[in-house]
Amino acid sequence: MLAYLVKRLFQAIAVMLAISFIGFAIQDNLGDPLRELVGQSVSEETRQQLRDELGLNDSFLTQYVRFLGNAVQGDLGTSYFFKEPALDVIMKKLPATLELVLGATLIIVGLSVPLGVYTAIKPNSIPSKIIMGASIVGISIPVFLTAILMIYVFSVELHWLPSYGRGDVVHVFGYWDTNFANVDGWAHILLPSIALASIMLPLFVRLIRAEMMEVLQSEYVKYAKAKGIHPGRIYFVHALKNTLLPVITVGGVQIGTMVAYTILTETVFQWPGMGFMFLEAVNRVDTPLIVAYLIVVGFIFVVTNTIVDLIYGLVNPTVNLARMGA
Amino acid sequence: MSLLSVRDLTVKFAMRDQTVTALDQISFDLGKGERLGIVGESGAGKSITGFALMNLLSRPGFIDSGSINFEGREIAGLSDKEMRPIRGNRMAMIFQDPMVTLNPVLTIGQQMVETLQAHRKLSKADAEQISIMKLREVYIPSPEDRLGQYPHELSGGMRQRIVIAMALLLEPELIIADEPTTALDVTIQADIMELLLELCTSNMVGLILITHDLGVVSQMTERTLVMYAGRIIEAGKTREIINDPQHPYTQGLINALPQQTLPGQRLKQIPGNMPGLTAIPDGCPFAPRCQYAIDNCRRTRPETVSYANVEVACHEVNRLHNTVLEDQSA
Repeated sequence: MLAYLVKRLFQAIAVMLAISFIGFAIQDNLGDPLRELVGQSVSEETRQQLRDELGLNDSFLTQYVRFLGNAVQGDLGTSYFFKEPALDVIMKKLPATLELVLGATLIIVGLSVPLGVYTAIKPNSIPSKIIMGASIVGISIPVFLTAILMIYVFSVELHWLPSYGRGDVVHVFGYWDTNFANVDGWAHILLPSIALASIMLPLFVRLIRAEMMEVLQSEYVKYAKAKGIHPGRIYFVHALKNTLLPVITVGGVQIGTMVAYTILTETVFQWPGMGFMFLEAVNRVDTPLIVAYLIVVGFIFVVTNTIVDLIYGLVNPTVNLARMGA
Repeated sequence: MSLLSVRDLTVKFAMRDQTVTALDQISFDLGKGERLGIVGESGAGKSITGFALMNLLSRPGFIDSGSINFEGREIAGLSDKEMRPIRGNRMAMIFQDPMVTLNPVLTIGQQMVETLQAHRKLSKADAEQISIMKLREVYIPSPEDRLGQYPHELSGGMRQRIVIAMALLLEPELIIADEPTTALDVTIQADIMELLLELCTSNMVGLILITHDLGVVSQMTERTLVMYAGRIIEAGKTREIINDPQHPYTQGLINALPQQTLPGQRLKQIPGNMPGLTAIPDGCPFAPRCQYAIDNCRRTRPETVSYANVEVACHEVNRLHNTVLEDQSA
């Protein structure tokens, strides 16, 4: 088990190195930082002097190694716009995004399993056909359109739910304010969560359905029937456990992807998270912040996937993590 | 009063544009504790017979007509819910490949306990005690430890022993074993068969053994059905069928056994293939491959007749028998 963890850690480091390299290469090629820093009224000599001081005239490799050295110590550069460390800026926005992803994940997990199982058990029933039809629609409509549509229906026409912002959040600790502590917070996070879930949910319903239908054709399900086992137990113990094994793997990747999808959702709902921040940073050509965002998102990806692999090893008895380290 | 009595059982498969007959009016009986072999080529309807008895045909297959009387009760038309107390309890099944019959994510103990608890009100501890006892009966070493193990931690032979133990858990009256050793190593096949025979005789359990191996049938069973293209073409005491087969198909099967051929010679085989379910000829289904076939064989379907201690479905059995005798005396 420990050997496996160490191995995974090395893989994670390799991935992070690759991400940081790409991130840094972007920074190096995205315009002149001096223009953002000092404006146009400074003379060329002063500029050269500043470049030397900032190390911008060093070779690419020297600059990259310096960048890496700083990054390891938690310094991902300073945001041009906010004039504070880029990582701090992101950390202030991170909780809002993570809560949004959590909200969407709760919706996806809570609905995809029952819907997927139902449509697999009764593939020809009318509700199944409606669910499958709706899932195609859900996958096909882009997130921002779903979001705008929901704002129009539930905020503008019906006045049921607020259309933007986080509303009345409750402070927990550090930079973390939560939406899940009071009714106003729940009301604000509901629409963005649904919008964010609108693509992943149908995907998972279809994935679970397809896996479940395959498992239901298996010999061991037939054998369980031949033993006189109750259908409820066959579906939810024999079949579902086997169904969820591949779903867990896909799920890990999708949670990471969802962090990226938040850019659209947060922009439409003016959600003060890091996706919204990223788009603003792009508009302001705030390069250090863009690079820091890429690295933080890459880091979230790597961490969730490592955790998912560990969970998979615990759930699937045929995977022996202790032996995989060797 | 027999344990199982099957009359004119017909199973059909509803395909997109037509309905094909997979089992055509088969009838047979099985007494308490009796062992019956069903032999035939792949696709002859052996396994379908087994699944039809358990009412486990999956779509598009269905029982079209006929009756299955088990322990004095008609079970052919029962729903899944009505069949559940019978399955695994009064009538158990052993599947072909033990590598895929056990659920990979549940322990042996969980799978045995759930079977007991599905049919009897037992605590987990009591159910585990019964499971351990049954595992011991099938000669599983240190059965207590096996309960916590997953199927992938055990060998194929071991798994099939466990499946046999599971079949015996609720002391059923009938075990249907569908080619129980096909997926196993040759060295283990004999052990498993011997074990199955021993347990069936000592517990007075009826056995329907589905196999394509005539050698196994001759050692294991008292009576045999020979199936071809969804029909029973010959039925009788195993000894009679092995020693004095009447139907040309059965004769072909026995001649094809390696024991019937001298070393170095090619094995004798029956020419041609069994017809697919969509293309069964009108007359005798075996006629296209039969060297004795006459016009009548191709036109009308042979009725089952008693001949020389067996039941056989062949027009020409009389003439054939004499020809074979002449051949042997010549």
